[in-house]
Amino acid sequence: MILTVENLKKSFDGFVAVNGVSFSIEKGELCSIIGPNGAGKTTVFNLITGYLPLDEGRVIFNGVDITHMRAYQICRLGMRRSFQRTNIFPRLTVFENVQAALLAYRGKSFNFFTPVETLFREETEAILGRVGLQDHSNAMSGSLSYGFQKQLELGIALASEPDVLLLDEPTAGMSTEETSATIELIGRIAHEKGLTLLFTEHDMEVVFSISERILVLHQGQMITEGSPDEVRTNPDVQKVYLGEAR
Amino acid sequence: MSKQDWFLIPIFLILCLVPLSGSRFYVFLATDILIFALFAVSLNLLLGYTGLVSFGHAAYFGIGAYACALLMRKASIVFPVSFVAAGLFGALAALIIGFFCVRLTKIYFAMLTLAFSQIVWAAAFKWNSLTGGDTGFIGVPFPQYLDSKTRYYYFTLAVVVVCLFIIRKVVNSPFGRILTTIRENSERTEFIGINVKFFQLVAFIISGFFSALAGALFGIFNHSVFPDFLFWPASAEVLIMTILGGMYSFFGPVVGAAVVLFLRMQITSYTQYWPLILGMILAVLLFFFPGGIVGFLQNRLTLLRGNR
Ligand SMILES: Nc1ncnc2c1ncn2[C@@H]1O[C@H](COP(=O)(O)OP(=O)(O)OP(=O)(O)O)[C@@H](O)[C@H]1O
Ligand SMILES: [Mg+2]
Repeated sequence: MILTVENLKKSFDGFVAVNGVSFSIEKGELCSIIGPNGAGKTTVFNLITGYLPLDEGRVIFNGVDITHMRAYQICRLGMRRSFQRTNIFPRLTVFENVQAALLAYRGKSFNFFTPVETLFREETEAILGRVGLQDHSNAMSGSLSYGFQKQLELGIALASEPDVLLLDEPTAGMSTEETSATIELIGRIAHEKGLTLLFTEHDMEVVFSISERILVLHQGQMITEGSPDEVRTNPDVQKVYLGEAR
Repeated sequence: MSKQDWFLIPIFLILCLVPLSGSRFYVFLATDILIFALFAVSLNLLLGYTGLVSFGHAAYFGIGAYACALLMRKASIVFPVSFVAAGLFGALAALIIGFFCVRLTKIYFAMLTLAFSQIVWAAAFKWNSLTGGDTGFIGVPFPQYLDSKTRYYYFTLAVVVVCLFIIRKVVNSPFGRILTTIRENSERTEFIGINVKFFQLVAFIISGFFSALAGALFGIFNHSVFPDFLFWPASAEVLIMTILGGMYSFFGPVVGAAVVLFLRMQITSYTQYWPLILGMILAVLLFFFPGGIVGFLQNRLTLLRGNR
C-alpha cells in the first residue's frame, strides 16, 4: 500500500466535515473519490496533504507516518496535489510557474548565484508541451483562461514526478472538449509514469471511464468503495448520490 | 550584464563625475541618495520580492550605524572590520526578530516588525552609557584614508554598487525566483516542497545585512548616530521611497530614494510641512500609479512600443 488513511476526523466549529474515513491505495492504482457537494472530498485531501491539521486519525505514505508533517515535507516525500480552485502564481509567466516547481523538486531552490533563466529550460518546455501549454509559455499565468490555468496547475504538480498525485476536480469549469482532453492526458501520464492517482470529480462519465476503484463519500463518511460497476449498482450510492446527480 | 542594462553605464559614469562638479552640495546629496538607495533596495527584497511588509526596517539600519560607530570608537576596531561586523550585527538582529515575525502573516507580520523596531529604538534611547541616549553618539570620524567628502563619496559609491550587484544576483537566482513565488502565493509554494517560513527568514536576514551596511555608511557620513535613525518615521520613510519608486522593479527603490531625498532637500528650504507634502505625493501615487514611478514608466514604454 502506497497510501493508507486510517479513521480521519475533522470538524470545523463543531460541524463534522470528515467523520472516520479510512481507505488504502495500492501503487499504480487510479482511484477517485466521489460524493455530493459538501461531502468532504476536498477536506480529505487537505488532511492527507498537510494543508489542514486533523483532529484524529493517521496517514501513512510509503511506510512513513506523515500525519503531523508540514505540507512541504510531505511534498518532498513524493506526494503532490492540485487544487479545486486554481492555485497558481498569477504574476509569473506560465514558464516560470512550472520552472519554479522544477527548481524546488531538483533541490536547486537554495542557490543564490546561478542566473535562474538558464536552468531547466528544456525540461520546463517539455512539461508545458505535455499539458498543452507550449504556445503560452511566456503568457502571464494569471491572464490565462480558466481551462489553461487548470492545465498549468496540472503541469506544476507533474513537474516533480510524484509517486502519488491528488487532483481535486482537475476539470472543473472546463468545456466538454477540454474535459475529455484533460482526462485523456491524465490517464496517459498516469500509465506512462506508473503514477498512483487519487482524484475527485463531479463529472460521472469521467469518473466511471478512468477510475479503477471509486470511493464514495457522503456527509463526511465513506459509504462504499469498489469497482465502477459495483459502485454504479450499489443501492446506497444511487440513493444518496446518483439520484441527485447532474 | 544583459541588454536591458545598458542604461546603467551612463548612470554609473555620471555618478563617478559628480565630485568633478566642484559642488559640495551635490556630493553630499549624491552620497545621501546612494546610501538610501541601498537601504530601500534591501527593504524591497522583502517588500517587492517576497511580499512581506516590514514596518520596522529602520531597526537594522540603526543597528548597523551604531554597531559600526561603537566598534570604531569604543573598541578601536579598524574601519573595514567594524563595517563588515555592522552588517553581521544587522543580520543577527534580523535572524532573531525574523524568527518570530515569519510565524505571523500579513498585517500581524507588519505589526510585529514595528513592535520589535520600537524595542530596539527604546534600547538605543535609554542605554546612555553605550549609545549616548537621546543626545546620540556624536563624533564618529571618517576613517583616515576616507577623510574627505569626495573620498567618502567614492567609497560609498563603490560599496553601494557592489552590494546592489550582489542583491541583483540574488533576486535573479533560483532563490530569488522562489521568493517571488512566495509573494505570489505562499500557500502554493509550500506545495511545491518549499519551507516557506525558512525562505522568508533567509530573505529577512539578507535584507537585514544590507540595511545595516547602509546604516553603517550613513552613521559615518553623518559623523554621528541618533536614536531617530531607528525610530518608526525612519521605517516609514524608506517604505515610502520603495513604494514611490516602484517595488516591482529592481531599481524602483533607487529612483524612489533619489526623488524623495531630492524633493526633501528642495522643499524643506521653503516650508516645514515636508511630511505633509510627502504624504500627499504618496496618496496621489497610490491612487493613480500603483506601480510607482518606475512601474508607470515601464507601462508607458510598453504602450509606446505597442503603438509603433
Ligand atoms: N476551512 C473550512 N472551514 C469551515 N468549514 C469548512 C472548511 N472546509 C470545508 N468546510 C465544510 O466542510 C464540508 C465539506 O467540505 P469540502 O470542501 O470538503 O466538500 P467537497 O466534498 O469537496 O465539496 P465540493 O464537491 O463542493 O467541492 C462543507 O460543509 C464545508 O462547508
Ligand atoms: Mg471540493
